Amino acid sequence: MTTLGEMARLIRSKNAGPYMLTFDVMFEGEASYRRVVDAGVLTKAVFTKLYRVDEGEVIFFHHDAAKAIKISIPRPYVQCDLDDGDAYGGQQHAPLVDLQVPD
Amino acid sequence: MGEVRVLSASGQIGSGFMESSFARGISLKPDVIACDGGSSDAGPFHLGAGEPHFSREGTKRDLRLMLQGRNTIGVPLIIGSCGMAGGDDGVAWMRDIALEIAREEGLKFRLGLIRSEQDKGFLKEELREGRITPLNPAPEISEAIIDRSSHIVAMMGHEPITEAIEAGADVILAGRASDTALFAAVPLMRKADPGSAWHAAKVLECGTASTVQRKRPDSIFAWVRDDHFDIEPLDPEARCTPQSVASHSLYENADPFLITEPGGTLDTSECEYEALNDRAVRVTRSRFLPSERPTFKLEGAELAGYQAAIMAGIREPYIIRQIDSWFAAMCERFAGRVQEMFQGRVGPDDYSIRMRVYGRDGVMGKLEPLADQVGHEVGVLFTILSPERSVTMALAKTFAHFALHYPIPEWRGLISGLAYALTPAETDRGPVYRFNLNHIVAPRDPRAMFRHEYQEVG
Repeated sequence: MTTLGEMARLIRSKNAGPYMLTFDVMFEGEASYRRVVDAGVLTKAVFTKLYRVDEGEVIFFHHDAAKAIKISIPRPYVQCDLDDGDAYGGQQHAPLVDLQVPD
Repeated sequence: MGEVRVLSASGQIGSGFMESSFARGISLKPDVIACDGGSSDAGPFHLGAGEPHFSREGTKRDLRLMLQGRNTIGVPLIIGSCGMAGGDDGVAWMRDIALEIAREEGLKFRLGLIRSEQDKGFLKEELREGRITPLNPAPEISEAIIDRSSHIVAMMGHEPITEAIEAGADVILAGRASDTALFAAVPLMRKADPGSAWHAAKVLECGTASTVQRKRPDSIFAWVRDDHFDIEPLDPEARCTPQSVASHSLYENADPFLITEPGGTLDTSECEYEALNDRAVRVTRSRFLPSERPTFKLEGAELAGYQAAIMAGIREPYIIRQIDSWFAAMCERFAGRVQEMFQGRVGPDDYSIRMRVYGRDGVMGKLEPLADQVGHEVGVLFTILSPERSVTMALAKTFAHFALHYPIPEWRGLISGLAYALTPAETDRGPVYRFNLNHIVAPRDPRAMFRHEYQEVG
């Protein structure tokens, strides 16, 4: 088994404005991008379960030109509200790194 | 229309760029130089307090090179979202730096200032008449929320900038603006293809963020033509590839294909990205879908209170295993001490104490899937908030001591349950703010929202 972190050139999260969080999983080449997409490693359902969010709030994209999977959700806490711990939203992607990619 | 050349000095003024890259950009004879000065990305503090994000020194260094570069070729220089939040204080701050540089360097130019802070009476009227609508998700809006905001800005599109250029401004310092609009304004004035103009602007506004391996913030250049644009970083060692440019539409956008601007939507879903060489990329088939009427995004910040912070480490296994109940019981007991201290003047509803546990879920909060796995030590961040700075600090000083020695049933005798790496343990964080709007206004008269002022410098 390989992890998504080993397959991707970059996995990151970031604010998309103060009210949304966005996750980018980007691949170097077509082969690794296709392998992950075809195996269903990271789908809307997988993300929903991992982050325990409402599926109806998850926006999911395949971006073929960028060779990337992209997911956006409403921020669990508005940026810099008193209970928010990540002003830039840059450390919310970590659970994706260890997702398993079947051989 | 031929070709419009656009030089982006850096992703954000104050974050820097290489002098050699910028000089190379100037040698390519741009029709405009632009750079944005901020965003909401650093949080509500800068909007709420009216304070800049980057240092004055870093900003002055960058602005000096831009003003000198502009002076040699006589094209407009556009800086948007001055001071980070783009409030009137930010525009004044950037203006003062520009005037100081002009004096030092003997520069002459016509300065255009565009302010985008909004009058509360105007916004309340727009709200009453149904011209303010929420984005998704958005907090509640009311006249009371507008009233209690410290500052509210509207994000301008390209029209106020175009108007300033038509009025002869050489240097434009704008309040809150769509970053993209700064770079699209001149191409649109020259009747460039709107799709290519907006998409080029979207890539330009982040400086070298669209390069393969961004080494540092730096300058980048675009050629906008009738049915495409070309993009190339100005550091010879930096490279754009079709994939790196396509990937840039992912960054900080919830939707990578449809990007909303004040006057419509940029659609990149059909775009084709072609390598011109190993450093430059051509993009075709960008489309701009104009909206029926312009809408402007509002950003507001209000005071949340005065905050103090206390950082501590915990290694004691008996505390770690009951940390939530330990903290809850401690807060309950602390309320009695507050009663003694303030004789009822400060009650339990007048302050809050929060605990964030690093090593458990301090980073992700309710998104953390591994919150049940706690390490052998944890870091805790306590934050204390009240509407009065002196009250907050009195509470923080008392709490730091109270929490240190708070007993647990497992041990008999006096304990010291928190490891403070810093003394005094409490830090005065002053006023803190919260964002309170995620709304758009479709005003009866868009021109009334952005105020122009001109002055001859030098």
